[in-house]
Amino acid sequence: MASSRTALRDTGREAAINAGRVAVALFLVVIALGVLSYRYYSLQIVEYERFLTQSDRNRVRLEAIPPKRGLILDRQGRLLATNIPSHRLSIVIERVSDLDALIKDLGALVELDENDLDSFNERRNRRRPYATVPLKLQLNDHEMARVGVNLHQLPGVAIEAQLTRHYPHGDLLSHVVGYVGRINESEASQIDEQSYRGTLHIGKVGVEKRYESVLHGKVGYQNIEANAHGRVLRVLDEESPSDGADLQLHLDLDLQRAAYDALGDQRGAVVAIDPSNGGILALVSNPSFDGNLFVNGISSKDYSALRDSTDTPLLNRAVQGQYPPGSTVKPMIGLAGLELGLVTPDTTVADPGWYQLPGDSRRYRDWILRIRGTGHAPNVDLRMAIAESCDVYYYDLARRMGIDDLASSLEPYGFGVRSGLDITSEQPGILPSTRWKRSRFDKPWYPGETLSAGIGQGYMLATPLQLAQATMVMANRGDSFVPSIVRRIGDLPVEGVSRPKVMASDDHWSAVIAGMMDVVHDRRGTAAAIGRNLPYTVAGKTGTSQVIGIAQDGVYDEDEIDERHRNHGWFIAFAPVDQPRIAVAVLAENGGGSSAAYPVARKVMDAWLLGASNAEESDDG
Amino acid sequence: MADYERVLHDSHRDLARGKTFAERLHLDLMLLLPLLMLMVGGLVVLYSASSADWGTVGRQGRNQMVALVAMLVVAQFRVETYRRWAPIIYFLGLVLLVAVPLVGVGAKGAQRWLSLGVVRFQPSELMKLAMPLMVAWWYSRYSIPPRPLPLLGSLLVVVLPAALIVIQPDLGTSLLVAASGLFVIFMAGVSWLYIAAAVVLFVASVWPAWLFLMKDYQKQRVLTLLDPESDKLGAGWNIIQSKTAIGSGGWQGKGWLSGTQSHLDFLPESQTDFIIAVLAEEFGLRGVLILLALYLLVIVRGFWISINAQSSFGRLLASAITLTFFVYVFVNMGMVAGILPVVGVPLPLVSFGGTSMVTLMLGFGILMAISTEKRVIKS
Repeated sequence: MASSRTALRDTGREAAINAGRVAVALFLVVIALGVLSYRYYSLQIVEYERFLTQSDRNRVRLEAIPPKRGLILDRQGRLLATNIPSHRLSIVIERVSDLDALIKDLGALVELDENDLDSFNERRNRRRPYATVPLKLQLNDHEMARVGVNLHQLPGVAIEAQLTRHYPHGDLLSHVVGYVGRINESEASQIDEQSYRGTLHIGKVGVEKRYESVLHGKVGYQNIEANAHGRVLRVLDEESPSDGADLQLHLDLDLQRAAYDALGDQRGAVVAIDPSNGGILALVSNPSFDGNLFVNGISSKDYSALRDSTDTPLLNRAVQGQYPPGSTVKPMIGLAGLELGLVTPDTTVADPGWYQLPGDSRRYRDWILRIRGTGHAPNVDLRMAIAESCDVYYYDLARRMGIDDLASSLEPYGFGVRSGLDITSEQPGILPSTRWKRSRFDKPWYPGETLSAGIGQGYMLATPLQLAQATMVMANRGDSFVPSIVRRIGDLPVEGVSRPKVMASDDHWSAVIAGMMDVVHDRRGTAAAIGRNLPYTVAGKTGTSQVIGIAQDGVYDEDEIDERHRNHGWFIAFAPVDQPRIAVAVLAENGGGSSAAYPVARKVMDAWLLGASNAEESDDG
Repeated sequence: MADYERVLHDSHRDLARGKTFAERLHLDLMLLLPLLMLMVGGLVVLYSASSADWGTVGRQGRNQMVALVAMLVVAQFRVETYRRWAPIIYFLGLVLLVAVPLVGVGAKGAQRWLSLGVVRFQPSELMKLAMPLMVAWWYSRYSIPPRPLPLLGSLLVVVLPAALIVIQPDLGTSLLVAASGLFVIFMAGVSWLYIAAAVVLFVASVWPAWLFLMKDYQKQRVLTLLDPESDKLGAGWNIIQSKTAIGSGGWQGKGWLSGTQSHLDFLPESQTDFIIAVLAEEFGLRGVLILLALYLLVIVRGFWISINAQSSFGRLLASAITLTFFVYVFVNMGMVAGILPVVGVPLPLVSFGGTSMVTLMLGFGILMAISTEKRVIKS
């Protein structure tokens, strides 16, 4: 319907106006198309090279291939630490719109604790764009299934295959082998970032830590074509990683288990050394813990249980525990007395059961006084003093020797210094002397303290490892080695390192060792209980070290004393005496006395000298 | 040339050889041909962009069929019918736009959809056609070139729906809808003085608009345009990747199905808004220029139809629809190439999606109706 106004319109003029505007519009369109063409020309022709490079860099990416961590084997090649395939949950942060919400969603599918989140945030700051960032290192089967089913609803989430460290023997070896754990912030700042690219774990304690550099291996690289989600589509070229070297230990799995089982519920430590080279055959600290707990981040509940336990399972008693060595040092002091000419094997000391310093009313009691009400015998010689652990003999010898000669004669056995064992966190113990006391307490040495030192009490402290080392020296009649755990790195044998020989005449060695043999083989020996039906010869020494001081006339009554205040029991031994193949030190913490220790040593020596595993054990290296 | 001469001439021709099949169906072959070529080319690119997914290509083919049928149906009506219905369509569109914030359905933080049972429907899409129809209707009632009062009235017609769309919020669509109305006013011969004044006013209002009107995400898009490197992994990602895709195509392109940027998922929205980057990567500058040439053919034909239209309404409508179509092309290709901010505008006839395809083809149906209108003297 045409309105009247339309009828009046000048259609010709209107058409002309429109045509004019169409011409202008077409002109603008052509200019705009020119702008577009020019823009595409400059992107596609002028900057072609740059964008081509950019697009290649997009799709091709250099990725680290983490090396396989070296295995740890016992002396017979049995696995002590291995790598098992597992799956981890990772996130490509760039593909996630709301990270907090995603983590919350994932929290419903898998268990995420604070450790996981902390490590995640830490790794996140070190990531490269579009790299996957691990959130949870080990998924169990249920978690795998739950995440797998929901994966399509979780953009940016990936399940990645990996190798995880595994300790097949759980508690048995944690104090020797140690464990790996997630690389923490301070470790991250110390390691070479390049060589740990792609690696999430690092040795934390024990062999795992000490030999980190050889176990780790050398990182490899590959050029991969990946899509924007980080999914690898193909490998263009690669430089293979060199896997970490396998470590073979001197340690024998069967002997380790025998020692561990022999201790049972007894807190304590066992260290067994091969006297021919200083190799550690067994090293047990009880109670222990499962190193597997630490690999992918221990839960705070598990950790506080370990940390707060009064049994201190995390303490490696064998190398970190420092205890008064008690009477175990008597053979070494006796040898020093012979060498210094203070006594001969025939010299005797009158033993009423107690000892007094000239001009001092205090009575230094012999342990036998409480039991028999008298001394060991009217007159005690060196052999008997060792066999029956006569304190009076040693009070007298120590007084005549003086603390400084006593200290310098014990020093070559390795007391008072770290042995140099190839695991970390060893403690040095204390070998007291006048100089030591001066620098430690700024006080003079009192004569009474020399008597305590003569029976391994007072200030003197030693680790079970140090006593095992000293026992090795006795077994070798002076020859000494730095104790070592690792026997072979890859194909390369690790040579035992000799220490300065402890010099003494053969007669003197024989005199002392005869006393040590009586400890076990003589009916009156302090460890005669293990001498029955013994198919091999043993030279040993018992020791008891006080945890609390007993008043001069006080009575030590085991039953009335708190378990934690009971005496520590020691036993050191080597066997067979003619051709020693094992030197062992046993500590029974609060065991009451050496009777808690020597049965353990007997079982360890039995296992080594009579056990099945020993039959095939003849080569060395 | 006066109307009556043309009518005589055409009548003569009609009598001489009878109607062709295309004329019977009201099809403008010169327009249809480049449109079909764009559609087929779009399917070829989409096949690659979807990583050889016949399902996606099939759905897009179905969209194209629906759009072609819609075009064919629309082409059958007389231009005068559209002129009469224009206000009704426009007011219906307005009502629906008002309804959106009240009963609409949200997506991605914006309410743009109305749910009509099975289909979800975007009133702003309807407005893309209703707007030029209404403004053309307006100037079919007032003299051309517009005088001030009718001009103000037509501006009100433009601003009202644009404002309703802005608050959804959808600034991009709002500007495009407003543009389709303004193009009619431009085509109606509005004084260059007014145009100059409007441009000055627009430039002057940019700063206050930035401060008070624009939302953060809109500002972000503009900032990203100015410096995409500032946020490589965030908002700048899309632009950097699309420019990389385009640039790495070079003159020849990497070859069909061989674009690494799109096939390795570096390119976002590669089937929809960013599909031109797939084309540019795989077919190179050659392919881009061929595409631009096809668009130019469509535009030239559209303007030709406008010039030859029988009525002022038809002339204004045809040229405005054509110009709007070009603006879509320019905005999409400009944004993907990093010279315009990222707004949600698909590449006409090529991007995957049914709604925009149907809307565009409805517009071309109207163009065909105008083109094939009987050359008869008004009774």
